[in-house]
Amino acid sequence: MKMVAPVLTVLAAIILLWYGATVWLNSQWTYDQAARAGQEVSFSEVVVDTMNQKRPVLPAPHQVAEGLWQGVFGQKFTSKRSLVFHGWITLSATLAGFALGTGLGILLAVGITHSRAMDLSVMPWAIASQTIPILAIAPMVIVVLASLGITGLLPKAIIAAYLSFFPVLVGMVKGLRAPDHMQLDLLKTYNASQGATFWKLRLPSSMPYLFASLKVGVAASLVGTIVAELPAGATRGLGARLLSGSYYGQTVQIWSALFAAAALAAILVVVVGIIEQITLKRMGMVR
Amino acid sequence: MTAAPVIKARGLNLTFQTNDGPVHALKDIDLDIEKGDFVSFIGPSGCGKTTFLRCIAALETPTGGELSVNGMSAEEARKARSYGYVFQAAGLYPWRTIAGNVKLPLEIMGYTKDEQAKRVEKVLSLVDLEGFGKKFPWQLSGGMQQRASIARALAFDAEILLMDEPFGALDEIVRDKLNEELLKLWSATNKTIGFVTHSIPEAVYLSTKIVVMSPRPGRIHEVIESTLPRGPRPLDIRDSEEFLQIAHRVREGLRAGHAYDE
Repeated sequence: MKMVAPVLTVLAAIILLWYGATVWLNSQWTYDQAARAGQEVSFSEVVVDTMNQKRPVLPAPHQVAEGLWQGVFGQKFTSKRSLVFHGWITLSATLAGFALGTGLGILLAVGITHSRAMDLSVMPWAIASQTIPILAIAPMVIVVLASLGITGLLPKAIIAAYLSFFPVLVGMVKGLRAPDHMQLDLLKTYNASQGATFWKLRLPSSMPYLFASLKVGVAASLVGTIVAELPAGATRGLGARLLSGSYYGQTVQIWSALFAAAALAAILVVVVGIIEQITLKRMGMVR
Repeated sequence: MTAAPVIKARGLNLTFQTNDGPVHALKDIDLDIEKGDFVSFIGPSGCGKTTFLRCIAALETPTGGELSVNGMSAEEARKARSYGYVFQAAGLYPWRTIAGNVKLPLEIMGYTKDEQAKRVEKVLSLVDLEGFGKKFPWQLSGGMQQRASIARALAFDAEILLMDEPFGALDEIVRDKLNEELLKLWSATNKTIGFVTHSIPEAVYLSTKIVVMSPRPGRIHEVIESTLPRGPRPLDIRDSEEFLQIAHRVREGLRAGHAYDE
């Protein structure tokens, strides 16, 4: 309960600031309209008007809330205007990409920790891959794959995997190298094979590191999917909602889609966190 | 065959190459350890006592001389799983229960499930940890964790037990108790034990043979045969005249080996 008061205070402050910004940013349009019609407007009329414009520069919180409500509950989940529909399209590609990226990250990490050659050859490329802006890479991947006849979920999942493999790779390399000299020496006294060392020591030691990176990875995966939905003029997915909103100046739609994406990211991170808790508890690593 | 020493070192040398030039960690070590001996290595840090133990375990490779363990080279002995090694820290896996930790070497060495369970039960009772098998390491005190790590080293049938300051991180009361238990365990199992310590009373109380080492270069200064009776010794033997005499000799040996310089 102690947590509730500060959280609500910060939330209230943000909403208050947001409303202030709404009035400030949207009033210009109201004044322009009034001037064009040759009318005088009082400040209170301006305030009321800025809250309810159809295409505001910055939609008011209640407009976004209503847009979200309409998007989620206002229509059938299968409707093209439903945020649930678009959210699911994005989510499915995100999860596919996350699975791909996690698998790739773990495999590369295992290779890197067991082979000096891979350590030297793969790691620089992995780092370099993340320095290229995803916005530059995504359209090329989409276009190349489309020319090969691959469209739909897979190209988006690949972009998502491209972003999410890296934190998993870095975290797992650190995790697999976490056992200290003494623990490795102990296994040496048992004449344990590399395989036994991996399964019995390295892999369990890496679990806390893995979950920390999975949280970063799943959020990155969502970002990758949304970015991948932008360039191809996709009609489905939260990214497509953002894009069509910006085409038609539907700022409320953009903000609703943004909040839906943020909520989705939060849910994904929380779910990974819950799996982490359960796994580590089962392993006896949480007291 | 019975007369052959279990561990035999002749002219053993080990030089580490460091950025500051070579470091002579071990110089001309000659030593025989007979079957069933309890041998302590004592000396100041840098005298090579741990390094020598690690050579026996084939965790370090000597740069010269001869070393045989159980009639084999140290490396062959390691591959034959001839010894159990107890480190200064218990090093139990936090994700395994105490029983799971003791089972670790048995799993790696391919014992059957039945055999694993039987042995875990046996060694846990040997170190007085019956009923703690299902606990996780963090639920046990430091002394109990170290006992579990000894159980882990005893779980498979190694005739040699190598212990590197196993009680160094424990308080004196716990250490006394574990010393007493270790002696009982040694007489019950008839293992050959190599024991590194920097405590004179601990070395005298436990050992049949005390190897006094000195630093720079690491070498054996003196080997003292204990005249105390073999087998379990009562803790208050440490107040006896004989005990104090041996302890005095060890201290003299350390002083003569320049252990107290600097």
